[in-house]
Amino acid sequence: MKSLTGRAKVLDNPKMTFKERIYLPAIIGGITITLRHLFKRKATIRYPEEKRTFSPVWRGMHVLKRDDNGAERCTACGLCAVACPAEAITMTAAERKPGEEKLYREEKYAATYEINMLRCIFCGLCEEACPKEAIFLTDRLVSTDYARDGFIYGKDKLVEPVDKRVDVSKRQTPNVLEFKKIKHYRHNR
Amino acid sequence: MTSFFIYKAILVVVVFGIMLMAAMYSTYLERKVAAFIQDRVGPNRAGPFGILQPLADGIKMFMKEEIIPEVANKTLFIVGPCIAMLTAIMAGVVIPWGGELVINGVPYVLQIIDFDFGLLYVFGVVSLGVYGIMIGGWASNNKFSLFGAIRASAQMISYEIAMGLSIIALIMMTGTLSLREIVEFQAGGTGSTWNFWNVVYQPLGFLLFLVCAFAECNRTPFDLPESETELVGGYHTEYSSMKLGFYLFAEYINMFISSAVISTLYFGGTNFPFMNDLGLSQNAITILGTLAFFIKIGFFVFFYMWIRWTLPRFRYDQLMYLGWRVLIPLAIANVAITGLVMILTDRI
Ligand code: SF4
Ligand code: SF4
Repeated sequence: MKSLTGRAKVLDNPKMTFKERIYLPAIIGGITITLRHLFKRKATIRYPEEKRTFSPVWRGMHVLKRDDNGAERCTACGLCAVACPAEAITMTAAERKPGEEKLYREEKYAATYEINMLRCIFCGLCEEACPKEAIFLTDRLVSTDYARDGFIYGKDKLVEPVDKRVDVSKRQTPNVLEFKKIKHYRHNR
Repeated sequence: MTSFFIYKAILVVVVFGIMLMAAMYSTYLERKVAAFIQDRVGPNRAGPFGILQPLADGIKMFMKEEIIPEVANKTLFIVGPCIAMLTAIMAGVVIPWGGELVINGVPYVLQIIDFDFGLLYVFGVVSLGVYGIMIGGWASNNKFSLFGAIRASAQMISYEIAMGLSIIALIMMTGTLSLREIVEFQAGGTGSTWNFWNVVYQPLGFLLFLVCAFAECNRTPFDLPESETELVGGYHTEYSSMKLGFYLFAEYINMFISSAVISTLYFGGTNFPFMNDLGLSQNAITILGTLAFFIKIGFFVFFYMWIRWTLPRFRYDQLMYLGWRVLIPLAIANVAITGLVMILTDRI
């Protein structure tokens, strides 16, 4: 019978030869293998001292960006929440009052914006959906916690501080910007 | 007389301490060797390279909750690990740790007692060790423990015979049971006086002894009494805290002692090559000899671990087959061949 992969081996159970029955050659073979492994370079990354470099497309904790003047870009359109397959995003919208132009870029803004990091699968669809270039996934890690409440990240954790901008150039490459300009793709409209 | 007792007392304490330290650091070494063989790095957090790990483990062992099962036989349950530990340590008494150290013209022999039946003493004490396992396994009142204990005793009995027989050929050669005399028999090493270690004359005997020693110490591939995969933990399934620690310690001390015995019997003990040709003083030779002895022991302890992390466990019938139908006939053949060669070469 021909097997699918062509890798199947027909096994019979032959009597062990004398060489096999005295075990020693096999044992010596085994210990030479383990001896070689003893001196091999170890793949271990000693974590707190040494950190593994993330891949360039790593999707970690989100950031809500501000524009160059420091105003929040998000306009609470809810597209990210619609796009989110894990239904991790909730928000409430509010209207910008006169005098708040410094704070919010658009006339409507997100009064609260929460991402449940336990639900989130870090797919990056929210980032793709956002028409305002407001949300990005970064190479930061979501830290651990003892209670579930701690994983619901509000605006306090998501919005980037004015003086400590989060670099998203790895995700917002010129290619991506160019692609987002193509309006006949539905999600870019 | 008092100085004699003081010297012996110091020696006892030092040997005791060395054995405990060796057992402690064997656990560390075991974990490191295991890790390195498996391409990991092993414990490396407690102190530089993790060398304080045994201390941390010790503290952990002491702090753990002491659990004695309801249905266990309380006295025997406690006696078990004590016997295991006691017999393991007792064997260290006759090991010749070094030659003579001359201080102020008084010779001090680095051996606690030199029985002229030293080898038999070692065998006797080591085989008593099975009682620790037996009693522990029985007293736990647990199927797995009992299985482990029964396996241990059956295994010990089977392999002791082959071990004893493999030693007979050696005793025929050296004509003595005293460990010190066996060491002196191999003195000189290579150099001006060509005198090899016993392993050269008794390669088969050494191999048999080594295999039996593995079985006696319940080390892989003969670790059926513990076999985690089938018997949970074998005889020490029910043990916790320092009583478990005692069993584990006893295992490592046994390993250390058996490495010492193997080095003594077959690898020249405290002898090292060219020892009489370098023009060293008596004391220097003694110290270097002790060092050489510990290097040999260290190698065998490492060898135990090396094998453990290489080979899988024997099946029980294979174990019995190997013991009774391979090792014992081979050992008898070895005795016969040794006798024949001795007659032919007129060495009797
Ligand atoms: S990364 Fe994916 S799962 Fe997470 S919030 Fe964005 S869309 Fe939802
Ligand atoms: S983050 Fe973007 S998609 Fe989500 S609500 Fe704000 S502007 Fe809309």
